[in-house]
Amino acid sequence: MKEERGGLYYAQNLPLPETPGPGQEPEPWGQTRIIGRPRPRVDAYERVSAAAVFPSDVALPGLLYGAILRCPHPHALVKSLNFKAAQASPGVWAVLSGADPEADLAWPYGRGRAESRLFDRHCRFEGEAVAAVAAETPYQAADALRAIGVEYEVLPFLADERRALEPGAPQVHQAGNRVSPPQVYQRGDVAQGLAEADVVLEQTYRTEAEVHTPLERHGCVACWEGDRLTIWESTQGVYAIQAAAARVLGLPLSKVRVIGHYMGGGFGSKLQLGKYTIIAALLARKAARPVKLFLSREETYLAVGNRPPANMRLKAGVKKDGRLTALEFSCLGTGGAYPAGGTSLVDWQVKDLYACPNVRTETEDVYINAGPARPFRAPGHPQGAWALEQMMDALAEAIQMDPVELRLRNVPAVSQARPGQPAYTSTGLRQCLEEGARAFGWSEARQRLAASNRNGHLRRGVGMAAGLWVAGGGRPPATVVLKLFADGSANLNLGASDIGTGTKTVMALVVAEELGLEPSAIQIEHADTGTTQFATPSGGSKTVPTESPAVRAAAIRVKQELLRLAAQDLKAEPAGLTFQGAEVVLKSDPTKRVKITEISGLKKQGVVVGVGYRGPNPEKKAVNPFAAQFCEVEVNTRTGEVRLLSFLGAHDSGRVMDRLTYDNQVCGGITMGVGLALTEVRVLDRAQTGKMVNRNWHDYKLPTALDVPAEIVSLPIDLPDDEANSTGAKGLGEPVTIPTAAAVANAVYQATGIRVTDTPISPARLCQLLSERPGRG
Amino acid sequence: MAKDDHPDKGRGRGVTRRGFLTTLGVGAAGAAVTGRAAATSEGEAEVRAGLELTRLELLVNGRRHRLLVEPRWSLLFVLRDKLGLTGAKPGCERGECGACTVLIDGLPRYACQTLALEAEGQEITTLEGLMNGEELGPVQQAFVQEDAFQCGYCTPGQIVAAEGLLRANPQPTLDQIRAGLSGNLCRCGTYAHIFKAVQRAADLKRGRGEGQ
Repeated sequence: MKEERGGLYYAQNLPLPETPGPGQEPEPWGQTRIIGRPRPRVDAYERVSAAAVFPSDVALPGLLYGAILRCPHPHALVKSLNFKAAQASPGVWAVLSGADPEADLAWPYGRGRAESRLFDRHCRFEGEAVAAVAAETPYQAADALRAIGVEYEVLPFLADERRALEPGAPQVHQAGNRVSPPQVYQRGDVAQGLAEADVVLEQTYRTEAEVHTPLERHGCVACWEGDRLTIWESTQGVYAIQAAAARVLGLPLSKVRVIGHYMGGGFGSKLQLGKYTIIAALLARKAARPVKLFLSREETYLAVGNRPPANMRLKAGVKKDGRLTALEFSCLGTGGAYPAGGTSLVDWQVKDLYACPNVRTETEDVYINAGPARPFRAPGHPQGAWALEQMMDALAEAIQMDPVELRLRNVPAVSQARPGQPAYTSTGLRQCLEEGARAFGWSEARQRLAASNRNGHLRRGVGMAAGLWVAGGGRPPATVVLKLFADGSANLNLGASDIGTGTKTVMALVVAEELGLEPSAIQIEHADTGTTQFATPSGGSKTVPTESPAVRAAAIRVKQELLRLAAQDLKAEPAGLTFQGAEVVLKSDPTKRVKITEISGLKKQGVVVGVGYRGPNPEKKAVNPFAAQFCEVEVNTRTGEVRLLSFLGAHDSGRVMDRLTYDNQVCGGITMGVGLALTEVRVLDRAQTGKMVNRNWHDYKLPTALDVPAEIVSLPIDLPDDEANSTGAKGLGEPVTIPTAAAVANAVYQATGIRVTDTPISPARLCQLLSERPGRG
Repeated sequence: MAKDDHPDKGRGRGVTRRGFLTTLGVGAAGAAVTGRAAATSEGEAEVRAGLELTRLELLVNGRRHRLLVEPRWSLLFVLRDKLGLTGAKPGCERGECGACTVLIDGLPRYACQTLALEAEGQEITTLEGLMNGEELGPVQQAFVQEDAFQCGYCTPGQIVAAEGLLRANPQPTLDQIRAGLSGNLCRCGTYAHIFKAVQRAADLKRGRGEGQ
């Protein structure tokens, strides 16, 4: 039996990574045994067997179902509410509105800049919350919503950000439609740079608003026990929800417990508190029963975020040898009806991706009567890449240079947009471009396609684009606790959410690598403010580089403690001991050894605990992931359809932690980018009603199994970034979707000669552009 | 495309996404508007009062359940909230995403667009029904091995749709897999891994002598 327990260890007799002395920094991993290999997820069983309990699945005794009445107009005042019929409706336990003193709460939409209420009588977007009910079935809750009488005063609306600053435009807020004065960034002298250029091109671009629509809708279950509130929330960060909910409700943190073990996708839209959570909590208190409140799919299109539209102009100068001399960029955008970063980071690619001495960007963020934006996978970046990477393609053609070569001529060594222009801890941009092009067969494909298919109606083309993500280095704080049980198995406790990226799996692999344990011998407890350690939300591609060094630190603490305890058994100094598989061995006399599970201190204590913290990032350095993607398309010039034949993503995200989940992220990011390129657009009825007309998956098209390339090749540029942190990992989840749409557009251009500057490249748009082409043969 | 390679080949009794929506959309929309439901498996026009609790016997994963339901309740609601079978997930509740896919008499159907009453007398299989006790079935195993999911929320529907496809067509081509799974959205974008998983599942099933 004892021997079988020894089987918890995969590294029988193999030395484990060296244990640093107390207070010392660990050495970077050399050759890893388990990190970087393809490993199925530690929670795969739960996710495929229905054992995973998502917040949508939570059931409690006496559970009621909540629902929210939402304003059907883009801009209106609620004049009166009548709940008489709703209250009498069968199964109804609670009705809630701003008339209830406990629900008359300030709502932090505007981060202090634009006053709002939980139930605001002034509804500034379609889908704003007006009232809510809780009933015994969702059907009865829907009946009760329909029974609420509402009188609205409908106000003039603004549904097009491009008209926000026109004289006489309807005002979203009293102080006007500008969120803030235009933001300007400048380095060098753009006029001079343009004058020095051999070629100057200028072009406008537009990306349409996209909506996140994770498969699990936004929502929660709220349950009170006296004055203590427990929330099961579909969220990317339980601690962020706890803090915001406690603040809004005026409760101490210790009275609010948020649990989010599983969650069905967020993509940035579940980083923050939504009104629905507070409404569920208030309904539950009023009804004295737990309430489940999940939005309908239609509501998720209106009220819980979007990737804002971007109206961009880019002017660029280049020398014949490929050196960029100037970039001048402007963007008008909108985060909707409240301050929500409508132009946030749209200019970052322009400012930082390529070496260019003269850069000026100007962004203008305005209000419109539409739902507030929320961060959406690499906020601003795919939009900026859509402009910059198509411009790079055009510049390359103008100077008759290969697009990959043009980018290689402008690979920067430092982060030019940051104060002091710090160096990157590592940059694999050059390798992404070179190795990606080689693996894709870029040069051959360009020659092959340039020489063929100019006559038929099926035209093929290849395109590529590059990118970087502004964050992705992770940062403190993070605290994790690792417990080693007496039988050698372990429990890892961290507060981070696993949003589908494989956080739990990667963290288990870190423990496995460090302790020599089988990942299956590691139990993981996570994403619960009541029982797990503090973590910031899983977003910004920072979870792995933030949490994994803390996990490694915790594992090292466990090892240090085991060495200390083993030293008592072996009557030696801890520094003279080392791990060999499941044993601790005296370095000077390897016959002196003790099995980890036989260490008397461990047996006596029952457990050894290691606490790990995330240390600081290196000073005066930038930690960023880099990317290049390549694709081949086939355009049907009769129907305007674009078929994706192949896609390759070459990514430098530091060390590859789990090759299986890594490849999956690449696959997913590209698929999402295909949506931006080809199908996704929020359609507002700008002229007549201001309402969103495609608030469902039938009319708002996500890529399906029929729309993606059959195979997406992931080419990791596996460069452990040992300067960034102790595991050498950088973020992956966002860079994988940054260059995609631009790469598709560039491929469509090569195939057809048509440059589609506005998303999406729909069949209708492409057909129109093809028909307008002069001299069409 | 050669005739034999047509994606719909082997889809048994010809459930297409379009036909499926047409037949089921009417019943559910009618129920929502009027609180009444036209509901029998054969499509006869038997109308029952909307809010009156009605006796129902459902055969789910080989087990008989007797319960009282409102005629307007969807099969999805009954499975999840009355029988505690949370494998099928609500994603849109309007027949668009496939997260609620179950097998009805072996065919993939959207449980959100099926009234519980419509499913009476038919054999319903949910994700839970693909397990052998605590052991994963072959499609589930293949999804684990190929990492054919991220958040896992659409996964039950993908697995059940794949199961239905493989029961009708044990050796699907890639195009047939794509068509067979085209009624199931994955916002995480793991389709390319799902294709591989379905191919592997077909191999695993063949190895077990299933679906010959």
